[in-house]
Amino acid sequence: MKLNVNLGELSLKNPVMPASGCFGFGKEFSEFYDLNQLGAIVIKAATGEPRYGNETPRVAETAAGMLNAIGLQNPGVDGIIERELPFLESLDTPVIANVAGSTIEEYVMVAEKLSNVSTIEAIELNISCPNVKEGGIQFGTDPEVAQELTKEIKRVSGKPLFVKLSPNVADIVGMAKAVEHAGADGLSMINTLTGMRIDPHTKKPILANGTGGLSGPAIKPVAIRMIHQVRQITDLPIIGMGGITTTEDILEFILAGADAIAVGTANFQDPLVCKNLIDQLPNTLRKYGYESLQEVREARCTQVSI
Amino acid sequence: MIQEQLEVCVNVEIAKDTFEMKLKGEMEQLVDQPGRFIHIKIGDGSFHMLRRPISIADVDKENHTITLVYKVTGKGTEWLSERVAGDKVDALGPGGQGFEITEVKNEKILVIGGGVGVPPLYHLTKELVENNDVTVILGFQSKEAVFYEKEFNQFGDRVQTLVVTDDGSYGEKGLVTDIASEFSQDSTRYFTCGPLPMLKAVKNQLVEIPGHISLEERMGCGIGACFACVCHSTNESGYVKVCKDGPVFSSNEVIL
Repeated sequence: MKLNVNLGELSLKNPVMPASGCFGFGKEFSEFYDLNQLGAIVIKAATGEPRYGNETPRVAETAAGMLNAIGLQNPGVDGIIERELPFLESLDTPVIANVAGSTIEEYVMVAEKLSNVSTIEAIELNISCPNVKEGGIQFGTDPEVAQELTKEIKRVSGKPLFVKLSPNVADIVGMAKAVEHAGADGLSMINTLTGMRIDPHTKKPILANGTGGLSGPAIKPVAIRMIHQVRQITDLPIIGMGGITTTEDILEFILAGADAIAVGTANFQDPLVCKNLIDQLPNTLRKYGYESLQEVREARCTQVSI
Repeated sequence: MIQEQLEVCVNVEIAKDTFEMKLKGEMEQLVDQPGRFIHIKIGDGSFHMLRRPISIADVDKENHTITLVYKVTGKGTEWLSERVAGDKVDALGPGGQGFEITEVKNEKILVIGGGVGVPPLYHLTKELVENNDVTVILGFQSKEAVFYEKEFNQFGDRVQTLVVTDDGSYGEKGLVTDIASEFSQDSTRYFTCGPLPMLKAVKNQLVEIPGHISLEERMGCGIGACFACVCHSTNESGYVKVCKDGPVFSSNEVIL
């Protein structure tokens, strides 16, 4: 069965990729399977300078999900280019770089540097990380700021630009429209929902950061609803994510309007999950009467107006 | 590191809320040093999204089993405690770097464990005792929490095992550091695992001799990709990953 998919200029052999932040820079997972099997790889967020991130504990379990507050820990854009990208260079699968920053200038600098590296085939703009004090989410909750930032990145980067939207907004459609207007080539949605847990013994938050981003199957219905809403108003390619664990989940995301999908938290539970989903996807599609991925996209759910 | 369905052979309570589990499979053959861990999936994973990292307490080469000793602290470990012989457990492992002891010979070693930090030190002591004299100090909250004292005593004359409890209900009353100071002069090296405040106290007390510390931290992936379980370090990058670079570190490598 043909699983290939085009996201604008970007050609993927299948629609499955790991989500940024859940796959490091790929090396660890290459011990478990050949990364060339993936549709694409989205690497951990890059910032201008190296970041340590938040104090630990940085993860907490929730019902059917988890909270994380890593805080964009990374070796900085130069460290990533120097030490992490060479490993990915020889792969026959597109590498998408996730770009973050505290200021527009930092975002632009990081995006420009990564756009100039041949290993990187697309940029994912991280305007939705809920775990950093400066940058991150405020870029993703104000449509004007998001629009401005998208424009600036497009000015310096010739690579396809996917803007990763935050679900922590009242009007997801407005955000999508704003970044499309500014020249985004695609959307990634959704990032994590801000959440919190409190330890009944200590009466304090479990995460050192206080709050964290909720991910996992618990947020899947939110992602489906938002992708469905945004699909009504745009033809931009959408990479859907939020709690995908099974091939049925993938089917549901594509029916909602996604063109490809990213797997996040499930990689922690099973390092082989992406490979297994790719292997099992044809059977699941057949089970529901589809002969190709294209047929699923054509069968997209368009009836509900929200 | 592999993913394997390990078969439960034994799973019994050996102290208050503390269970000993023996798991059979091929993974045992990959355990090349004490102090490594296995990462266990809880249930079918749909409710408990995160695996539980549990340190390896012992391996049995003849029967191909790995022994774990774990404490029930929540719903996930409670599920683990309910597994019975014949059940399968989804495990990733062996993870991380353990205690590097191939060069450690003819030394006087201090092994200091606290509570659920004791298990990996059992496997360690078993290996150390072949070439070294070992003093083991084990700290527990109270008598009902004490485990493995007899097992440590079985290692023979080259191992001396001392138990302390916080409330004095068993062994000496006090903290492991109260006793460790008596041996610090004569010891050439220490190995420790336990709660963070204990590790800090041990590190601060035994500054004169080389130390090896096994850390515990909440983990995400357990394979070094997610950066959930980092610890401040004196190395160039300023951090180490507990799951991949550790859980065992040199005492001068980590900032507790």
